[in-house]
Amino acid sequence: MSKQAQHWEKTRGLLFVTLAIWFVFSMGIFLFGAEMNEVTGPFGYPLTYWFTCQGSLAIFVILIFWFSNRQEKIDEEFGFSERGDD
Amino acid sequence: MIKGNFIDNLPKVYGIYTGGFIGFIIIMAIAEQMGMSAKAIGIAFVAFTVAIYAIIGYLSRTAQADAYYVAGRQVPTVFNGMATAADWMSGASFVAMAGGIYFKGYGYMALLVGWTGGYVLVASLLAPYLRKFGCYTVPDFIGTRYGGNLARFCAVVVLTVASFTYVTAQINATGTIASVALDIPFQYAVYVGLVSILLCSMLGGMRGVTWTQVAQYIVLIIAYLLPVFWISNKIGAGFFPHFMLADEVARIADLEQQFGFVANSKENLAMVPKGLAGITKAHSAVNATPWAFISLALAMMMGTASLPHVMMRYFTTPSVKAARKSVGWSVFFIFLLYSSAPMLATLSKLALIDPSLPTGIIGKSVADVQAIDWYQNWNQANLMFISDFNGNGTVELNEFFMGGKAVVLATPEIAGLPYVISGLVAAGGMAAAMSTADGLILAIANAISHDVYYKIIDPKAETAKRLVVARVLLVVIGFAGATIAAMEIQGILGSVIWAFDFAMSGLFFPLVLGVWWSRANREGAIAGMVLGLLSGLGYLIWVRNGGSGFLGITQLTFGIFGSAVSLVAMVVVSLATSAPSAATQRMVDECRIPSGKSILGKQH
Repeated sequence: MSKQAQHWEKTRGLLFVTLAIWFVFSMGIFLFGAEMNEVTGPFGYPLTYWFTCQGSLAIFVILIFWFSNRQEKIDEEFGFSERGDD
Repeated sequence: MIKGNFIDNLPKVYGIYTGGFIGFIIIMAIAEQMGMSAKAIGIAFVAFTVAIYAIIGYLSRTAQADAYYVAGRQVPTVFNGMATAADWMSGASFVAMAGGIYFKGYGYMALLVGWTGGYVLVASLLAPYLRKFGCYTVPDFIGTRYGGNLARFCAVVVLTVASFTYVTAQINATGTIASVALDIPFQYAVYVGLVSILLCSMLGGMRGVTWTQVAQYIVLIIAYLLPVFWISNKIGAGFFPHFMLADEVARIADLEQQFGFVANSKENLAMVPKGLAGITKAHSAVNATPWAFISLALAMMMGTASLPHVMMRYFTTPSVKAARKSVGWSVFFIFLLYSSAPMLATLSKLALIDPSLPTGIIGKSVADVQAIDWYQNWNQANLMFISDFNGNGTVELNEFFMGGKAVVLATPEIAGLPYVISGLVAAGGMAAAMSTADGLILAIANAISHDVYYKIIDPKAETAKRLVVARVLLVVIGFAGATIAAMEIQGILGSVIWAFDFAMSGLFFPLVLGVWWSRANREGAIAGMVLGLLSGLGYLIWVRNGGSGFLGITQLTFGIFGSAVSLVAMVVVSLATSAPSAATQRMVDECRIPSGKSILGKQH
């Protein structure tokens, strides 16, 4: 397999992991919104309410930064990262 | 000043700017104490901030194509994040979001999840690859990847439909704020708003818009957060509201239980002025079905990833990895405002309905409430209304009505904050509406000038001529938007949510598959764009005219249907026609790796 094909395979693997996490916190947990809201979440808010106003949003921020770092690692591994400017 | 070392000095320049703005707020606060009138403060805030944006717009003037279209591709990640956040958060987000949460609770909060979650798709599926491509506009990518003028033209059409739906609402919002703050009739205020918008973008194009959007973000975030923190401290709810309002949320739930949601009769509701609503939904309980929540969130996420005025912001970063990081910063800066909106809604609701607080009005006598200053002001502005339906002389939960905008606009006054805060909020709303309008008008004008005029009509045009065409189009589109806004038919065109649905119907799969499926070809992409947009539009018209819809897809989520049609059409037609050429395949392979030259040249 060529270097480029391997790079793309790893990139695609990272995409699936990222999208799986994204799916869980943007849609998956809200299948159980009513049940989850009975539980007390962080800072004492009802759990589902907390996810809609802080939790999911904050997880997306962290997820994107995590994703960019992982992707940079993959690019470096195959020598495809850009030199110089950032 | 703006050349060369301007980029290195960005933190310093915007640091001084932020300090200057805070200084201005303090001066206004002192002036208020010395007797400056509320009206004069409002004018000073709006005039001062707009003048600053105009100066930035002038300093960013340019005669170069890559500066005009993509800000010279040298915007650092953090600043591009701020600019995207301002580009993203519209006048509607700023003024109406807290109100939506206040009235509709959980069902509305799907928008918060959707409007942030969409950026995960932007970062992982699209932005870095389109940046590597080196395009100036979104149709530029479609046109080059799939080849041919027809594909390019279809992308321009989808872009224009989606963005124009959005922009009239934004120009309308600048007009509303300008008319209140400057005390002029709305029909003229719309054009004052338009001129302010064009001052930022005309001379410098994307470069001007980038640096004004950063300035606008700083104003709007201060204007949103300062009142939230101040009110929270003032009513003793907590020093840092985001972490400390659990008791208040629980207290609202108790009060809701105690008062009960008593439905009003039709005759009574007919007496309530149009646009005002009472509290009829639980504040923190789950009040929507899982599918209603998830479908709305999904539509907003896919729409986010397809809206060209957002995507083109990531064409301005210096590198592919900077484009990725910059998406993270964008959501961070958006998060700062979005996570504050539910807190503002909570504080506002508690201040109004808790009988144990001095500001609470439920349970007080109707005559007493009608005598309160702020009630009279906002009643006159048609944003508040009470009526003693049951004749018992006291205000009940179902006898108090408020407009959605009042949560942001009136809460500072209700909580007893000085007027300088209201002036600040007006400047923030203006900044939010202007920055989004600028991004949208520029997206449309750039697509038409670059993709239709330069790429299709006159490929030999010189840079100077192209940029003249781009600027003329900017003014024409701005005036078209303002004229429609002045007609005040916002009920039809103002629906921001429709813009997301249109964009995802026509563009989501042609963009995503362009990168991720090298077998996708021109015929498939054209079928995907045309059939996606038409079926989405058809579904919307059907539901608007009394159609029952299916699968619980409403007029707010019709993009789910449109994009599904788009996906099927694109896959079927692509497979039924011949595979793209070897050159196209190589182009796709090339755009998947960050290193090396971009596919389109620096000047194209």
